[in-house]
Amino acid sequence: MTAPDEPHAHDHPHEQAHAHPPPRPDTDDTLTYYKAMEVAVRELLIEKGVINADDVRRAMEAMDARSPAQGASIVARAWTDPAYKTRLLADPSAAIKELGIEPGVYKLVVLENTPSVHNLVVCTLCSCYPRGVLGLPPDWYKSRAYRSRAVREPRAVLREFGTEIPDQVEVRVHDSTADMRYLVLPERPAGSENLSESELAELVTRDSMIGVARARVPS
Amino acid sequence: MTAAETAARFRPGDAVRVRFADPPGHIRTPWYIRGRAGVVERLCGAFGNPEELAYNRPGTPRQPLYRVRFRQNEIWPDYRGPAADTVDIEIYQHWLEPRDAR
Repeated sequence: MTAPDEPHAHDHPHEQAHAHPPPRPDTDDTLTYYKAMEVAVRELLIEKGVINADDVRRAMEAMDARSPAQGASIVARAWTDPAYKTRLLADPSAAIKELGIEPGVYKLVVLENTPSVHNLVVCTLCSCYPRGVLGLPPDWYKSRAYRSRAVREPRAVLREFGTEIPDQVEVRVHDSTADMRYLVLPERPAGSENLSESELAELVTRDSMIGVARARVPS
Repeated sequence: MTAAETAARFRPGDAVRVRFADPPGHIRTPWYIRGRAGVVERLCGAFGNPEELAYNRPGTPRQPLYRVRFRQNEIWPDYRGPAADTVDIEIYQHWLEPRDAR
């Protein structure tokens, strides 16, 4: 990595005076307190032989390989197989293992949306998120605005996401403060009766599994 | 149940209150819910106490963790949504007392 104040390499000679467009500020390598701490701890662990650089790379690769597609496959199976849905609600970790998804260290709770309850997930304390089934959280999920407002005025937040919940439907917010992780099981949309399981999975967006939106309606 | 685990004191349906306390350190009981009354939705199991784990202590005995359901309009007096709206929060047992205690 190049130090920020090191002269940058030029791919052209500088004999004639000419104007450069102002460089875009490079924020990629701003070394914040926690970034410095991460680098220090990582380098120490490698130096002491506890882990090696490839372990770190593989862990990052595995994290990046998780995506909402896993959550979508769980939801599509629950929509098409009532017995699976029953198992999923009763013991989510065991049920997702059936689909080859590793539950990880946190306990998963599946929240079923119904005609009378709409579930919404937030972590007001930090950014706890069901990474094992949805991958990395979107930036807005980690923002202070979402974290404070989702619990304080959930219906206003939902409206800003384009999701209007009628007054007769209970909005149930889940503050993910400790050892559970939450996956919303959205309602199966009307008009999806004849779709296959994989076509159904395409209707299940990340946002519908956080609860800020409904599943997509088939076009 | 093992000795390294505190016995569960509450059951689903029990009326509870979150203790109003402000101890120093790493606390996973959100401020907005301290002092509020709710109903136990479920027992999630027993987990290492995060207030201890955060300081590299063993976190034992493990604490029962509950999901407690609160009514929004009891948390926020000016809540604008319907009275049926709720919030479920994970609370460790040592933060809970029976609602009508004291």
